[in-house]
Amino acid sequence: MNLLFQLLVNGLIVGALYGVVAMSFVLIYKASRIVNFAQGEFLLIGAWACWWLLTHWQLPFYIGFPITLAFMMIFGVVLQVVVLRPMIGEPIISVIMVTIGLSIFFQALMKWMFGVFAKPFPAIFASPTVNVFGLDVQTVYVVSLVISILIMAGFGWFFKFSRMGLAMRATAFDQQVAQSLGISVRQVFAMSWAISAMVSAVAGVVVGVVNGVSSALSFFGIKVFPAVILGGLDSVVGAVVGGLIVGLLENMAHYVDSQWLNFGNMYEIAPFYVLIAILMVKPYGLFGTKDIERV
Amino acid sequence: MTTTSMIPCGDFKTRYATDTTIFPTATSRNFAILGIVLLAVAPAFLDRYWLNLLIQIGYLGIAALGLNILVGFTGQISIGHSAFFGFGAFASAWINNRFGIPVALAIPLAGVLTTAVGMIFGVPAARLKGLYLAIATLAAQYILQDFFARANWFTGGVAGTIAEPFSLFGFVFDTDGRYFYVVLFYMVVMYLLATNLMRTRDGRALVAVRDHYLSAEMMGINLTKYRTMSFGISAFYAGIGGALYAHYLQFVSVEGFTILFSIQFLGMIIIGGLGSIMGSLMGTAFMVLLPELMQASTDLLSGTAVDRMLNLKDSIAFLREMAIGVVIILFLVFEPDGLAHRWKQIKAYWKLYPFSH
Repeated sequence: MNLLFQLLVNGLIVGALYGVVAMSFVLIYKASRIVNFAQGEFLLIGAWACWWLLTHWQLPFYIGFPITLAFMMIFGVVLQVVVLRPMIGEPIISVIMVTIGLSIFFQALMKWMFGVFAKPFPAIFASPTVNVFGLDVQTVYVVSLVISILIMAGFGWFFKFSRMGLAMRATAFDQQVAQSLGISVRQVFAMSWAISAMVSAVAGVVVGVVNGVSSALSFFGIKVFPAVILGGLDSVVGAVVGGLIVGLLENMAHYVDSQWLNFGNMYEIAPFYVLIAILMVKPYGLFGTKDIERV
Repeated sequence: MTTTSMIPCGDFKTRYATDTTIFPTATSRNFAILGIVLLAVAPAFLDRYWLNLLIQIGYLGIAALGLNILVGFTGQISIGHSAFFGFGAFASAWINNRFGIPVALAIPLAGVLTTAVGMIFGVPAARLKGLYLAIATLAAQYILQDFFARANWFTGGVAGTIAEPFSLFGFVFDTDGRYFYVVLFYMVVMYLLATNLMRTRDGRALVAVRDHYLSAEMMGINLTKYRTMSFGISAFYAGIGGALYAHYLQFVSVEGFTILFSIQFLGMIIIGGLGSIMGSLMGTAFMVLLPELMQASTDLLSGTAVDRMLNLKDSIAFLREMAIGVVIILFLVFEPDGLAHRWKQIKAYWKLYPFSH
């Protein structure tokens, strides 16, 4: 029973991280109608950048981490301006393929620069585990849950009350009308990529601290898809819900697997089965907008 | 009009048959025949290295054509093609090993079996559009990969499976020079099939679904049927390609059919040109020759300062992956219509010189 509870907590924490990454994915999709297959590589690049600053330059975490975030912001903007801007107005397959190309490129680049083996982060917290309700939970997990919730709240505030967030929602709703009301759509696009890259990097650093940094991080980018699809592609709330569902589902599958099935990798594959099943019933996900199309 | 070697300026066709002909002029037909004849005598002149590359282009080209029918002609994005390719490879080996059916029959049967699997994943796909579909096929990729690793009875699990060499009436095609003809035969047949499919009512229906599915539905095209059908056809091609691959290597392991391989297939059709039959072949050739070119340049540079700086020997695998990514991006940004379109323009230029049109 204790194992089940531990897995539930784990699922919630990992799910919250998935939710954060899914949210940054949805942010790009909502603003610029681009499906970013390189989302996982954002995690990877952010984590490696932070790792490099902390180990190579021996910076303390509270300095290295903001530098990483600033770098990721610039990286996101540059990527949008250089690669994605020429793709505006191209068919969906081309845009998808460009982000896939980016994903392959960055993944290989990271392997080339930092090697294929996982590298551990230097210790960041004073004590590796803390006691929560009689359970030993890694400090990183607690912190990551807090960070996730903060980011989600931040997103909520950003979209509801800040000028930029309003501009983004307007752009997502109708690009042409937004433009005619004086919103700089270019700025919105660049901004959405910057924020998305930054938030993903936070998740990347957290996962890196837990498991060490390696190319396996980019699998997060793939795991985000079930989360996003479950929630519906253009729903920020849906992304969070979907992330939590996928996180819990993984851990529950792991539990079932370890107790009865002994498949060994149910953990990895269960979300995809559920994804297919959900799509059979609801082709637009749980919270996605249904397109009403007219000729 | 097929008697002249040049098409006169203007459109003088009076029948649909002349409009949809495969070879608009006698010259184009003769060139195609010449190409096949040249390929047929190729094993006599080429060494094993080039034959191996040609065979690779052959079976990958068949699978790429299948993906092009799905993505380029029907407009359904699929990111799981290599899983079907792998399924075809395992299916052919399994049919041959388990039931003792000769390889020559096992290959088409593997194609049929893969079609069935493609249809299974095609059923949910029939309701999905654009991106939701892309991600459903991504799920198919992972589910099938997982199945390969798990189904010991079918794939030999982690150990992989042995595939017998192709033989016909006791004559064994076990060398590159011999197997080349098997692949050539299949390639010519499959490419002709696809070309003719696009000239039929069904083929035109697929294109209509791509161009505007709502209008297509209003004109009486059964969307569900054609979407599922195009998944099936695409899986069939992938299965045949995979089966040819299995009996060429005579061993299939569960490792190779990853998402990266699927993306390479997508790269092939993007580079060749979406919705172009010959483009699939050109793109495949490009994708197969690109790593070889990189390897050759690495060998050329070995020992030089560049080599020492980049540590080429160890990093060639990563550089290769990076090159694939970069090439896909560059093609999409600078040459979105692909090689086939460029080739048409070059032909038109020569035909019309010194006039512009």
